[in-house]
Amino acid sequence: MDEAHRTPIESGCPDPIPLMHPIMRGNRGNWKYHDRPRPGVLRHVTNDGVELWTVKAGTQRQMDVYTIRRLCDIGDEFAEGHVRFTTRSNLEFMVSKEEMVVPLIEKLEAEGFPVGGTGNSISMISHTQGWLHCDIPGTDASGVVKSIMDEVYHDFRHEEMPNRVKITTSCCQVNCGGQGDIAINVQYTKPPIINHDLVANVCERPAVVARCPVAAIRPALVNGKPSLEVDEKKCICCGACYPPCPPMQINSRDNTKIAIWVGGKHSSTRTKPSFHKLVAAGLPNNAPRWPEVAEVVNKILKAYKDDGRPWERVSEWIDRIGWPRFFELTELPFTKYHIEDWHGDRHSLNASSHVHF
Amino acid sequence: MTDKKTIRKATTKMPKTPLLDQLESGPWPSFVTGLKHLAESEDKQYAPMMKSLLGQLEHSYENRLGYWKGGTVGVRGYGGGVIPRFSIVADQFPESSEFHTLRVQPPAGLHYDTKTLRQLCDIWEEHGSGLIAFHGQSGDIMFQGATTENVQKAFDALNEIGFDMGGAGPALRTSMSCVGASRCEQSCYDEQKAHRMVLNELVDAIHRPALPYKFKFKFSGCANDCVNATHRSDFAVLGTWRDDMQVDQEEVKKIVKERGRKEINDQVINMCPTRALSLNDDDTLDVDNKSCVRCMHCLNVMTKALSPGKDRGVTILVGGKRSLKIGDLMGTVIVPFMKMETEEDYEKLVELGEQVLEFFGDNALDHERVGEMIVRIGLVNFLEALGIEADANMVSHPRTSSYVRLDGWDDEVEKWKQRQKGKSEAPAAAAE
Repeated sequence: MDEAHRTPIESGCPDPIPLMHPIMRGNRGNWKYHDRPRPGVLRHVTNDGVELWTVKAGTQRQMDVYTIRRLCDIGDEFAEGHVRFTTRSNLEFMVSKEEMVVPLIEKLEAEGFPVGGTGNSISMISHTQGWLHCDIPGTDASGVVKSIMDEVYHDFRHEEMPNRVKITTSCCQVNCGGQGDIAINVQYTKPPIINHDLVANVCERPAVVARCPVAAIRPALVNGKPSLEVDEKKCICCGACYPPCPPMQINSRDNTKIAIWVGGKHSSTRTKPSFHKLVAAGLPNNAPRWPEVAEVVNKILKAYKDDGRPWERVSEWIDRIGWPRFFELTELPFTKYHIEDWHGDRHSLNASSHVHF
Repeated sequence: MTDKKTIRKATTKMPKTPLLDQLESGPWPSFVTGLKHLAESEDKQYAPMMKSLLGQLEHSYENRLGYWKGGTVGVRGYGGGVIPRFSIVADQFPESSEFHTLRVQPPAGLHYDTKTLRQLCDIWEEHGSGLIAFHGQSGDIMFQGATTENVQKAFDALNEIGFDMGGAGPALRTSMSCVGASRCEQSCYDEQKAHRMVLNELVDAIHRPALPYKFKFKFSGCANDCVNATHRSDFAVLGTWRDDMQVDQEEVKKIVKERGRKEINDQVINMCPTRALSLNDDDTLDVDNKSCVRCMHCLNVMTKALSPGKDRGVTILVGGKRSLKIGDLMGTVIVPFMKMETEEDYEKLVELGEQVLEFFGDNALDHERVGEMIVRIGLVNFLEALGIEADANMVSHPRTSSYVRLDGWDDEVEKWKQRQKGKSEAPAAAAE
């Protein structure tokens, strides 16, 4: 009864042009300028004076079909049936008339979708899979994001920060969430615990040895079975061995911690792109609401909001005020663990007499 | 036997989720509420699966551990695109013992109409869990939660309406492009066209993982880099321009009058990274275009007055990636400028993409990203393999170490002189 195999149509990336709002379709490459009449709203104007209004709403990213259909209903009834997702899982509704904007906003907010995320607001947190679906997570992602977005809800809906704030989360040190003005990332604190009965059958041992950034893993015979051992003094607890070798369990209920990093920036706007830097660690992986993480994030956001100048991203704000002042304003401790000892460490040291008092 | 029965019975009821319940309060939309809605849809095939999933997720919240493992699941004809997930606590949560994800390529620029979104929902309602993520970090639509049996059915249905599988494993990955030319005046090329031309030409490398490790392209229309290409892709295509930026001086004057000189000096002039701007006595803008690095800041602040120049194209950076294994890398410039106007220009971009991908495939070590490969072999070897000449735009500054052999110095100087000659002749030829 085996049916004939259907051959896949290797169509690749779909053409977006038939799907987009007719004003976008008809004016590709013909835009003159844009402004932001109010938070959550963009107005784009073509060279011929045609206007397109965009209303941006936050979503939970992991969406059930009912939520998606509800958004589609709003899109059909209060907008013109064309939407676009941003990189950070916000949903943009495009409309041709200004008078459609307010009813659309009211409907979205009444249905529980906050409108905002434009300009100098705190946009939706970019997040990963976590316990919901990943095979190696140290924490959840959706729960952390929900908890923090509840905290920064006001600043998603208002443009009151010095510049845009991009927050990211990652559930392990692979850091799929990427760089952020503030990054909330898992930090492992103990070497992996190895189930020697399983290693030989599950893991390609040379590949696992090669994966270790500090050459701390070597083949070994344990209880007569081929396995792997970890030089625990060398081990930096990064978890890189765990994905290719699940019997090297890196996650644990109490030793998986959360670290906070700041100053990541992807754009080349003003300053060159920069990596985020460690500022706080050892925070408990305290599901379901991660209050200790929220507390640190709030402290950093408050200091930046109070002290940052217009257009300064977090990294640029700290460039101006200096790291001593950052740690003072945020009341976060500075320790020997903040000093880099990885490759290229000397580039991060202060090789000058520039000292902040 | 009785034990098993009790467990099965327990999971077909709504599980108790006191921890997840705490994520239903607060103003931000709750994914937990969505999961529960699916689990309580008794008339839908996914209700038992989603009850079981909620139970497992609560179990994760209790023990702060994940309970999924990988495996091998795919669709006929392809080697990748499905992320297999098997529960390691399936004895307690049997209905979600298989919960695979399909990574599906979205329309370039993430544009949809509601009809298409509804079609995607209908397909996933029939064959999957009803849970969809818009979008994953590489841009895929992630259809999360299908049984092994249903993966093929879901894919076939999606494929029939024009969607195709994305990348997973050591393969070319799904790409992203910003909204770009479709709605942004700062767009310097047709991002969606470049995205589709490059990715669809190389679609075989997405569907049949045969690379040393993952490889990602990303397309941003300007230096604002809205899709985070510089750090988050192996091959970043960023829009820029070569000639002078366009200035509407009347509009500048209006803005200065509106916002005041101090604000314009503080927020525009003094924030220019290369000190290329100053405000004239008559409140017009003085731009030193030779010093300008097209960072976009002043254009972002004065959208109505300032625009990119007319001679537009792209800068290409290679090698961005996150920490594994040698640490974070930003992409670095390998092509300072490539004109992006005619069909041939776009074809040249596709060719370069193919060339870099092929060199990566042939020369990277197992589990090595292209950025790491370049660190290992040196940028110069990489450029020579691609036939790209060294350019001062590729460095922040020249070398500081004297530990170098310069055997070929005179030859290289001669080559540079020839290239300069070529450059000075080119504009004359163009003017003819």
